[in-house]
Order: sequence, then C-alpha cells, then structure tokens
Amino acid sequence: MKLLKLILASLIAATVFGGASSYAAETISEMRNADILTQDAAPRISKVVNSDERQVRNYPEQPPLIPHKIDGYQIDKRLNKCMTCHSRTAVEQSQAPMISVTHFMNREGQFLASVSPRRFFCTQCHVTQTEAKPPMENTFVDVDDVLDGKTDK
Amino acid sequence: MFSAIKRFWQVIRKPSVHYSLGFLTLGGFVAGIIFWGGFNTALEVSNTEEFCIGCHEMENTVYQELKTTIHYTNRSGVRATCPDCHVPHNWTSKVARKIQASKEVYGKIFGTISTPEKFEDKRLELASHEWARFKANDSLECRNCHSEESMDFTRQSIRASEQHSKYLVSGEKTCIDCHKGIAHKLPDLSLLKAAK
Ligand code: HEC
Ligand code: HEC
Ligand code: HEC
Ligand code: HEC
Ligand code: HEC
Repeated sequence: MKLLKLILASLIAATVFGGASSYAAETISEMRNADILTQDAAPRISKVVNSDERQVRNYPEQPPLIPHKIDGYQIDKRLNKCMTCHSRTAVEQSQAPMISVTHFMNREGQFLASVSPRRFFCTQCHVTQTEAKPPMENTFVDVDDVLDGKTDK
Repeated sequence: MFSAIKRFWQVIRKPSVHYSLGFLTLGGFVAGIIFWGGFNTALEVSNTEEFCIGCHEMENTVYQELKTTIHYTNRSGVRATCPDCHVPHNWTSKVARKIQASKEVYGKIFGTISTPEKFEDKRLELASHEWARFKANDSLECRNCHSEESMDFTRQSIRASEQHSKYLVSGEKTCIDCHKGIAHKLPDLSLLKAAK
C-alpha cells in the first residue's frame, strides 16, 4: 500500500515538473524574444505620427485616426482644445474637418446645438498612431476584399 | 502741524554749514548708486523662478502645470522660466509688471487667491490680463526666444506652417491668439464670451 502511494506520488511529480520544464524550454510567445524569467529591455518610445495626412478608415464606422500630435491638448470640464479647431465655427480658420453630425446627436438621435456630452472626450474614440513596428502581423481583412471573396490575408 | 512742516522746509532749504558742496554731491551720487543697485538687485531676485513659486500662490497650481509642458522639458534642454514669459525685458514695463504682481501677492495675503479653488475662480480674470498684455506687445516675450524670421516653415508640421504663413507672417494674428494655454491649464473660455 505504502509502496503504491510512493510510486503514485513520484509519478505525479514527474509529470508535473517534467511537463513544466519542457514548457519553459519552448519560446513563450512570438512577441518576446527572451524566456519567461528574464526581463526584456523596454523598447524605445516611438514617435507619434504627425504627418497631417488623413489615414484610411478600415470600416465606415471607424473613428478616424488622428493624423497629428496632441501633446498637452487639454480636454476637461473647462475646455476642449480639439474643439478650438474642429468645432463648426473654428474650421474656417483651422481648415480642419468639422466634427461630423453624429457628434451632435444625443442617444435619442436628437441633434443638439453643440457637441453632445457623450462625444465630448474625443480621445475615448480617436487615437494617434506611432511609428512603432507591430510585433505581430495583423490578419484583418478589409470588407472590400471580403466582397471579392478573399477571406484571409 | 503746519509750523512743523515749515520748520522742516527751512532746514532743508538752508545751505549746509558742516559739509562741503563736493561731499554732498558725491555722497548723493554714491547713495544713489547704492539705492539704485539695491532696487535693481531686489528686482533681479524677484525675477527668478524660485521667487515666483515661493512667494506667490503659484507652486501648487501653475507651476505644476508648467512642469508637464514642452517649456519645462524638451529635447533641446532649453527651458522657459516664469519671468521669461511674464516679466517684460525693458525697465519701465518691468517695474509696471512688478506693481501689478504686487497686487497678486496682496491677493494671496488677503485671501482672494489663497486656495486652489479660489485661484481657479480668479483664473479667467488673471489669464485675461496676460492675454491683453501679450496682445498689446505683439507677444514680445514669446518672440524673445522664438523669432518669426528664424522659423523654417519647411521643417514645421503642415498644420503649423500653414497657419503661420497665412496668419502670422501677414501680421493678422500674434502668437497668443493661437497658442493660449501653452504653459498652463486654460479656464473655461466660453465664460469669457458670455461676459462680453
Ligand atoms: C490646431 C488645430 C487642431 C487641433 C487643436 C486639433 N486638430 Fe485635429 N485636425 C486639424 C487639422 C488641420 C486636421 C486635418 C489634417 C491635418 O492637417 O492634420 C485634423 C485632422 C483630425 C482628424 C482626422 C479626420 C479625418 O477625417 O481623417 C481627427 C480624427 C482629429 N483631427 C481629431 C482631433 C482631436 C481628437 C483633437 C484633440 C485631442 C484634435 N484633432 C485637435 C487641426 C486640429
Ligand atoms: C463615441 C466615439 C467618438 C467620440 C467620443 C468622438 N468621435 Fe469623432 N468620430 C467618431 C466616429 C465613429 C466617426 C466616423 C463616423 C462619423 O462621422 O460619425 C468620427 C468622425 C470624426 C471626424 C471626421 C469627420 C468627417 O466628416 O470627416 C472628426 C474630425 C472627429 N470625429 C473629431 C472628433 C472630436 C474633435 C471629438 C471630441 C469633441 C470627437 N470626434 C469625439 C467617434 C467619436
Ligand atoms: C525662454 C525661451 C522661451 C520663451 C520665452 C517661450 N518659448 Fe516657446 N519654446 C521654447 C523652447 C526651448 C521650446 C522647445 C523647442 C524644442 O525642443 O522643440 C519651445 C516650444 C514651443 C512650442 C512648440 C510646442 C510643441 O509641442 O512642439 C510652441 C507652440 C511655443 N514654444 C510657443 C511659445 C509661446 C506662445 C510663447 C509666449 C507665450 C513662448 N513659446 C515663449 C522656448 C521659449
Ligand atoms: C494663426 C494661428 C497661429 C499663430 C498666430 C501662431 N501659431 Fe504657432 N502654431 C499654430 C498651429 C495650428 C500649430 C500646430 C499645432 C500645435 O502645435 O498645436 C503651431 C505650432 C507652433 C510651433 C511648433 C512647430 C511644429 O512644427 O509643430 C511653434 C514653435 C510655434 N507654433 C510658435 C509660434 C510663435 C512663436 C508664434 C508667434 C510669433 C506663433 N506660433 C504664432 C498656429 C499659430
Ligand atoms: C511659455 C511661457 C510661460 C511660462 C514659462 C509661464 N507662463 Fe504663466 N502664463 C503664460 C500665458 C500665455 C498665460 C495666459 C493664460 C494662458 O494662455 O494659459 C499665463 C498665465 C499665468 C497666470 C494667470 C492664471 C492662468 O493660469 O491663466 C499665472 C498666475 C501665471 N501664468 C503664473 C506663472 C508662473 C508662476 C510661472 C512659472 C512657474 C509661469 N506662469 C510660467 C505663459 C507662461
């Protein structure tokens, strides 16, 4: 009986620890070059794209990417810096695209006179891009390609 | 009371018996230098950032905000301090600004801007003074560091170069018209329009 227990315990130990060590030997992930116990060197902070050129929207409902830097732009209870260029009255000088009419709608679909509270915090939906290289390939397929029958990249 | 003033006047008017004219002139000259120097030294001391954020109610508000901006840290390591933007370089305007700043110190002592909340309430008014000053002197303090002539528009972003070449070069607008809030958080500007 005792012997049986001992054999059983060592069997369990062998599977658990043996398994773990073979697991650690594999590369954990394709995004990290180091194994799990070493600290990766942090990559350099990439520059924000500031090309001022509109970028492609991957689907019609996508909030467009911000093509300029927004360092230090204040968005709080007192002021929305974005609206100093993107509001209806500001676009003549700034030559920026006006916030579209969806931004004036409340959730009942009513148009308000100014930007709706639920669209006030622009960076909730709109983001800048950086020059960082993506560590993983993106397998997103554009809907136009899907229409042409292509379903993978 | 009147006779006392009269006596004082007589003493002042009487020619000196004990000191020579030369001594008095020279003495006056030296005393003048000392006072002038002392005044200007005091002016210099009060022209440092430590003074601004030590004495004003500024350290917890505007200074903290400045710290997050490009005028505090940037890749070139050139910094703008409070007096760079807030104290005019020519002497008369400098003294005039100091008198105005004394009002802000007075405001601190007597409690109109003694807490961050009270400061927040006053911010629109204080900011408006600064905007008016920048507007009146064509953003002179900005131009002490940023010269329009030395700006290479081809090296600026498209947004910047388009605005600068259209409105700045023509003289239609000055820096502060477009760059409000470059160093601090802005107050609610819609209140400004409402007040007009
Ligand atoms: C100084 C004026 C200015 C400010 C402030 C500003 N923008 Fe812009 N924005 C522009 C201009 C001009 C464009 C047109 C493209 C360009 O020149 O960058 C633009 C383009 C955009 C676009 C792309 C629109 C499209 O159809 O592709 C988005 C999104 C955007 N801005 C969002 C924002 C957000 C969010 C903020 C605040 C964090 C902001 N902007 C602040 C001037 C400004
Ligand atoms: C809830 C998400 C959301 C928020 C918040 C939001 N947007 Fe948008 N925005 C969108 C979407 C989605 C679109 C594209 C579809 C559309 O026009 O509604 C868009 C479009 C835009 C466009 C392009 C308009 C055009 O006609 O080309 C601009 C500019 C823009 N937003 C600016 C802003 C600004 C400035 C703010 C802050 C005041 C803001 N957005 C807040 C989701 C949002
Ligand atoms: C003491 C000198 C000095 C003064 C005074 C000064 N600046 Fe600057 N400013 C700088 C420096 C240095 C930089 C950062 C340059 C860099 O590294 O790109 C800068 C950057 C800027 C930028 C670029 C911001 C960005 O995100 O790239 C703007 C806009 C600006 N200043 C506007 C102003 C305005 C408006 C004033 C007047 C209220 C002013 N400056 C006063 C030195 C000064
Ligand atoms: C008509 C409006 C306008 C005026 C006037 C103006 N600027 Fe600008 N400036 C802009 C815009 C818009 C940008 C780009 C957006 C941003 O930085 O927020 C910019 C960007 C800058 C930059 C950064 C350059 C870059 O490539 O990003 C500096 C520095 C600057 N301005 C300094 C000044 C100075 C100094 C003055 C006064 C001599 C001035 N500006 C007057 C609108 C203006
Ligand atoms: C780059 C220039 C610049 C620097 C540096 C700077 N300021 Fe300002 N300051 C401004 C401008 C411009 C305003 C007008 C309001 C605005 O546009 O934010 C202002 C406004 C103020 C106000 C009025 C209230 C407000 O927030 O608008 C106070 C108080 C003030 N500054 C104090 C300081 C102190 C203290 C320092 C140093 C820690 C400092 N400033 C550094 C440019 C500057």
